[in-house]
Amino acid sequence: MKFSTFRRHLREGFKNIFRNGWMTVASIGAVTTTLILVGVFLALVLNLNEMAVNIESDVEINTMIDLTATEEEIITIGDEIEQISGVDSVSFSSNDDELAKLVDSMGEEGESWRLFEQDNPLNHVYIVRAQVPEDTERIANEIETLSGVESVVFGQDVVEQLFEFNKYARTIGLVLIIALVFTAIFLISNTIKITIMARSTEIGIQKLVGATNGFIRWPFFIEGLLLGILGSIIPVAVILGGYYYLDKNFSGNISFSFVEILPFSPFAWQLSLMILIIGAVIGVWGSVMSVRKFLKV
Amino acid sequence: MILMNDIYKTYANGVTALNGVNVDIKQGEFVYIVGPSGAGKSTFIKLIFREVKPTNGKIVVGDMDLSKIKERKVPYLRRNIGVVYQDFKLLPKLSVYENIAFALEVIEEPPKNIRNRVMEVLEQVGLKNKARFLPNELSGGEQQRVSIARAIVNKAKIVIADEPTGNLDPETSWEIMKVFEEINASGTTIIMATHSKEIVNTIKKRVIAIEDGLIVRDEHRGDYGYEI
Repeated sequence: MKFSTFRRHLREGFKNIFRNGWMTVASIGAVTTTLILVGVFLALVLNLNEMAVNIESDVEINTMIDLTATEEEIITIGDEIEQISGVDSVSFSSNDDELAKLVDSMGEEGESWRLFEQDNPLNHVYIVRAQVPEDTERIANEIETLSGVESVVFGQDVVEQLFEFNKYARTIGLVLIIALVFTAIFLISNTIKITIMARSTEIGIQKLVGATNGFIRWPFFIEGLLLGILGSIIPVAVILGGYYYLDKNFSGNISFSFVEILPFSPFAWQLSLMILIIGAVIGVWGSVMSVRKFLKV
Repeated sequence: MILMNDIYKTYANGVTALNGVNVDIKQGEFVYIVGPSGAGKSTFIKLIFREVKPTNGKIVVGDMDLSKIKERKVPYLRRNIGVVYQDFKLLPKLSVYENIAFALEVIEEPPKNIRNRVMEVLEQVGLKNKARFLPNELSGGEQQRVSIARAIVNKAKIVIADEPTGNLDPETSWEIMKVFEEINASGTTIIMATHSKEIVNTIKKRVIAIEDGLIVRDEHRGDYGYEI
């Protein structure tokens, strides 16, 4: 395409935005409303997902070693665990370390546990992490069969429920977002369709004098792009403002340490960019889809 | 130039417009298409610039076989054909100049050529001093001149006119016909559907009469042949 032609398309696209007055406002309104919803949903789903991933990857298998095991046997068990496929890391924690952890976790009351320092009743422990959280259960079962292992502990029920919950949460979130995006496309293409109807004579004359479909489509493409971008301004502002507020007031709040939200930067910026792109895409799609009908014959 | 071979056209609603039409129009000819309303004149005309596709038969326009032409090539066919309508089909928000320049813009003519060429055709149709006017500030005859100027601005080899004088008073009609004759004199083929007995009988040209989807008469320097 020639540069002068491209400049003409740009000029026409911009002009149409103003020429269509209230229809432009309606289209932008449709994009704005939808994108705010999509943005809030995305923020929610992505944060939930992040939390789930954090919890999932926190799942550890505590392998309790027989109290009677000798030092050599303990080393052998460690090697054997490392041989199991899907194991990410194995770290040894002696019964003294375990007691220290216990004392720490109990705070002031823990001091009384120090009595056991002379005669430690706890097991030595191997702390095992799986490469993929879903493998946790299988690995735990394999470890349990090793000789010299007294028992394995890994919060079985919680883990399974968590995996199940995450799976549904992600699917539902995704379906909702897709449904919202389609609603927006439908709304926009309808609004634009009305503005195009008013211009069907113009399109007819363009075709009559030999304009290619691509040539006719370009200004609409640019108009849709602008509608989408203009429509995403308010949603982006809402996301940046709202998320900044949330981030400032809730992160670092110790009582919710496991529900840590994603940090404002870069997450809110990435989300804003995503909203902008979604806005641009639905604007373009909506307008190109509705102009298509007028280009036949 | 234009060759139709056994053309049939039945519309989706079952109406048969053309029933086996054969015609051969040479470069530079001036042809009237006459016949009662609903006889198939409009369909005949629309076939030439591929506004409608024939149900059956072969049409060749210039070097393009319209029965084989690809959809995306249609715009290039239309760049060789200017179309003039009874209702002018001008864009009301654009000036006379812009309406004509529009036809060159859409075929991506370089901007510096556009100005010269538009002024040239405005002179040809006698509207050079009205370039900045809007269509509704002009008389019907002047508006039709603008639409003729738009049809010929890209040096179309064929101009098709569907009752171009249908909305004009007799005196203005003669002026418009003069413009068409001048265009024809420069070598452009003109195909004009008309209901005007006076025009056809006075400015003698080839006459093709269509009735019930068939060509019933094709005479050089013919008469209108119908009583109004």
